[in-house]
Amino acid sequence: MEEVDVEPAVTNIPAASSGTHLGFAWGPGDILVYETLYKCHSFITSRLEFPGTGSGDIHEVRKDEDIYSPILRKLFNESHHIFVGLQTIREDLPSKNKKPQFVSISKNYRSVIRACMEELQQVLQKWQCNMETRYVSILLAIELIWNLCEVLFIDAAPAGSLLLHLLDWVRLHKADVDEKAREVLQSESPAEHRDYWDVVGAAYVLQGRLEEARQMLVKQATLQPAARKMYKQMDTLLSKMPFYNPGGTQTLTEFDVKWRHWHEEVDRCLQDNSFASNKHLELICKILVGDEDTLLEHKDLLSTWYHFLVTRLLFCHPTVKPTELHYYAQSCLTMFLDSRSVPEPLDSILLAAFEFDIHQVIKDCSIALNNWWFVAHLTDLLDHCKLLQSHNLHFGSNLREFLLLEYASGLFTHHSLWQLAVDYFDHCPEFGRVYLELQIERVPLDTERKALKVLRICEQRQMSEQVRSICKIMAMRALRNNRLGSALSWSIRAKDAAFATLISERFLQDYCARGTFSDLDLIDNLGPAMLLSDRLTFLGKYREFHKLYGEKRFREASKLLLSLMTAKIAPRSFWMTLLTDALPLLEQKEVSHHIVRYAVYGLLLSNIKKTSKYSYLRSCNQRIFGFFSGKNNIKDVLII
Amino acid sequence: RGSLQWESAAPAQYCLHCCWHIGVIIMFVARSIAADHKDLIHDVSYDFHGRRMATCSSDQSVKVWDKSENGEWHCTASWKTHSGSVWRVTWAHPEFGQVLASCSFDRTAAVWEEIVGESNDKQRGLSHWIKRTTLVDSRTSVTDVKFAPKHMGLMLTTCSADGVVRIYEAPDVMNLSQWSLQHEISCKLSCSCISWNPSSSRAHPAMFAVGSDDSNVTYGGKVQIYEYNENTRKYAKAETLMTVTDAVHDIAFAPNLGRSFHVLAIATKDVRIFKLVPMRKESTSTGPTKFEVQIVAQFDNHNSQVWRVSWNITSTLLASSGDDGCVRLWKANYMDNWKCTGILKGDGSPLTGSSGQPTAMSTVVGSSVQTSQNALNGMSAGRYFFPPLDPPRAGTRYGHLLPPSSLIEHCDAEPIQPQQQALPHRLSSRALLPLPEAEGQ
Repeated sequence: MEEVDVEPAVTNIPAASSGTHLGFAWGPGDILVYETLYKCHSFITSRLEFPGTGSGDIHEVRKDEDIYSPILRKLFNESHHIFVGLQTIREDLPSKNKKPQFVSISKNYRSVIRACMEELQQVLQKWQCNMETRYVSILLAIELIWNLCEVLFIDAAPAGSLLLHLLDWVRLHKADVDEKAREVLQSESPAEHRDYWDVVGAAYVLQGRLEEARQMLVKQATLQPAARKMYKQMDTLLSKMPFYNPGGTQTLTEFDVKWRHWHEEVDRCLQDNSFASNKHLELICKILVGDEDTLLEHKDLLSTWYHFLVTRLLFCHPTVKPTELHYYAQSCLTMFLDSRSVPEPLDSILLAAFEFDIHQVIKDCSIALNNWWFVAHLTDLLDHCKLLQSHNLHFGSNLREFLLLEYASGLFTHHSLWQLAVDYFDHCPEFGRVYLELQIERVPLDTERKALKVLRICEQRQMSEQVRSICKIMAMRALRNNRLGSALSWSIRAKDAAFATLISERFLQDYCARGTFSDLDLIDNLGPAMLLSDRLTFLGKYREFHKLYGEKRFREASKLLLSLMTAKIAPRSFWMTLLTDALPLLEQKEVSHHIVRYAVYGLLLSNIKKTSKYSYLRSCNQRIFGFFSGKNNIKDVLII
Repeated sequence: RGSLQWESAAPAQYCLHCCWHIGVIIMFVARSIAADHKDLIHDVSYDFHGRRMATCSSDQSVKVWDKSENGEWHCTASWKTHSGSVWRVTWAHPEFGQVLASCSFDRTAAVWEEIVGESNDKQRGLSHWIKRTTLVDSRTSVTDVKFAPKHMGLMLTTCSADGVVRIYEAPDVMNLSQWSLQHEISCKLSCSCISWNPSSSRAHPAMFAVGSDDSNVTYGGKVQIYEYNENTRKYAKAETLMTVTDAVHDIAFAPNLGRSFHVLAIATKDVRIFKLVPMRKESTSTGPTKFEVQIVAQFDNHNSQVWRVSWNITSTLLASSGDDGCVRLWKANYMDNWKCTGILKGDGSPLTGSSGQPTAMSTVVGSSVQTSQNALNGMSAGRYFFPPLDPPRAGTRYGHLLPPSSLIEHCDAEPIQPQQQALPHRLSSRALLPLPEAEGQ
């Protein structure tokens, strides 16, 4: 098929069309566009010098419109499950065993489309709105194309079965026939209904539903006893038409012989004018013999060229081979369409499918449908069927991955569908991971819950850089809002030592100012996370000391305090607090006297620092020395 | 007819050339926002998550906008930032908090930080931004400002018309009033734009590109690539793109998709995409990496000068803006063939743009200002009084989704005044607006 150069799509922006520039800014799911004027920086000044430029409006321009349709959300959700299931089909199974699986997956996809379409139709009927009618026609087209691809590529039916599948395809997509038939049958006298012959002719015979046609004819025959013989003859012709049975013992050649026999018989009936007295029966007979002119005279009953194609094959070439299809398809299209009318995109897509040009089908679909869902899933399935193997290309990823990445990137712009996209990226071996990394860090972390959700996805995939970044963002946000506990736990998750130190400092400052700790739950349960930074360790241990003291376990408390002093992880500004805490312990009998040395050491340290609380220090001095003199243990002091 | 064998009809034999292009990008205007700047908008910038945006203008102000749950934009802050046109505004990574940088004709760049205000303000949907520093080292207009990739810490780069690139660092991310000038790199040519290579430090040394809008072609290449050298702790020029001799207005490194090479888009008299392939370095050499420079694509569809280029998140799309008044979207198919796949184009609608905007106070005020402006210039003002001929179509989404007028008014960060009063006030303030560049010089 000849390459058609596709013109870029033009989107109109409510802005001036000349004399100005359009500035823009990329967002995650859209692009902002505004009127502006670019000049070299040394010249440009202001709108005042260029009156009438720049309306000052900013326009949010979006692609992937379909993503935002609530009706299609179900399609995205359910097809996601099928997609994931398809990816887990084992590679090592012999392809013979896999084919039925692929066909059933293809059918699952189609039933999702159907369900979505039916739901859509109900909504449309209920609300009488035409906002979403566009989607019905898109879905109809998608299902039609998919079904044909299933028959031709996935099921790859050989001659004989091929026609049966094509018949099913046509029957499924010309559902108005059944509606019409029901209407006729439910009327008081079906045989006299004005649509009676349309149903028998179009609906049944043209689609090869001969059993149903016969039942309808019986109704007419009883009304016309005089013509009973003629009806009987037609009934025999219809009942004798052979259909190929792929499961049976009959070979294709045997079937062909049998069919030719029948065809000759029909032709003979036509030649000897058996039905000349009844134009309806004669018409049916002409259809049965596959008379092209007759078929073309009833375009309205066939309604499409591909129905014409299948009917023509049914009555002229029932053993058509896949390789011959393109020839009949092309000629049917030409015969069916007037010379005036131009084939629509759907016609070209179906024709490309009949020509087994998978690439053209995919390409035309992506252009005509403006929707990556269809091409991405179909291509993925065809790729699993090894139909696209030879298209692996030297550059970058292959067609399957290219389309999946496009589809998943579109999903990522949606506030909830992005979670589906993760699985699609996971199954793109070449660029999936890096796309996911780039996209997932842009997911707005509106709430802690959402942040945790994003985090879990990153952690499962060992995306350590993204994990770290998300935690840092959350820690910074919490700190800005003065939620110290949350900030601390996020920075522990981020393993961000510097930030943990900073927040621990804040905690200690708060304690000094207020005398109590906030977020006790968190600090009490730091565990090994405490070791992230010295300051954090100190915070945790200091709090532990408080707990011991509160529980009156003075010996342990003093030991801990001592170790806090000896380990020298206490910030200098905090020594005063530590000393003050030591005082009551000194008065406890069971307390080790080592603490005394450190208390005095700390005291000296604080003195050297000349803190502003000098008078307070002196009072401490007095209390400590008073304590020593009372105990007569001045030696200890002298040792230092 | 029918003579083809099944094997030969298999899809394998398709000419790859037939798949030249896949996909057309059809876009639509989802909504229009009345930015209400009193002069030309020069830059609009999304924050990292796409929930906020900042705009800057020749009216010397910066506005910050927040996206609500239902997708509408609300201006939450608007303040005077410089004493000249504000060229660019950019967000720091959210790891560093809510931080903006702006650069201006007034020869300075500035860093702004949002402080979490009183609950009162939050209820009113307003936020407070305070200036943390003014960077005054440039002696000429500061033409671009960019934060370095976050793994380098909080670093800010400016370039200016005097041909100097300056790299500043905030050593303490909790104290943004302290910035030290770490590097001053003279590029010899008037600089218009800079772009950092977003690749991570593990894979490559820090690298940025700077473009010059000097139009003298005899001065040689207008795009220079600089790379950080660990040993000298200085930036050294790694490459000059000698083939780009015309004025360069914008430059953008693509996100690295784990590839071994870098991709750079350039806005000059056309759109160009370059591939920079690092050449194997000898272990003894300590000099900067040498690159093999390959041109991937070159498009002159904009007819003349191209002013902006920018990549989307995954670098699957490049957008450019040019003298043809369009934004063009470029896309590579899976064979790395680049092609224009979408055009955003002004439809020539009246200046008060957003057709279908409800006749709210802001519209009335806005168009009146516009009208008086045009009347002053002897232009017919009549057409602005009539609503657009086309009513908003059913199904188009922008018609009814504009922010309510009250929120637009908020942007002025002053009490909402009744219309009668607002009008003369707005007009007078506009009339008194000084020519920004007069101050800047």
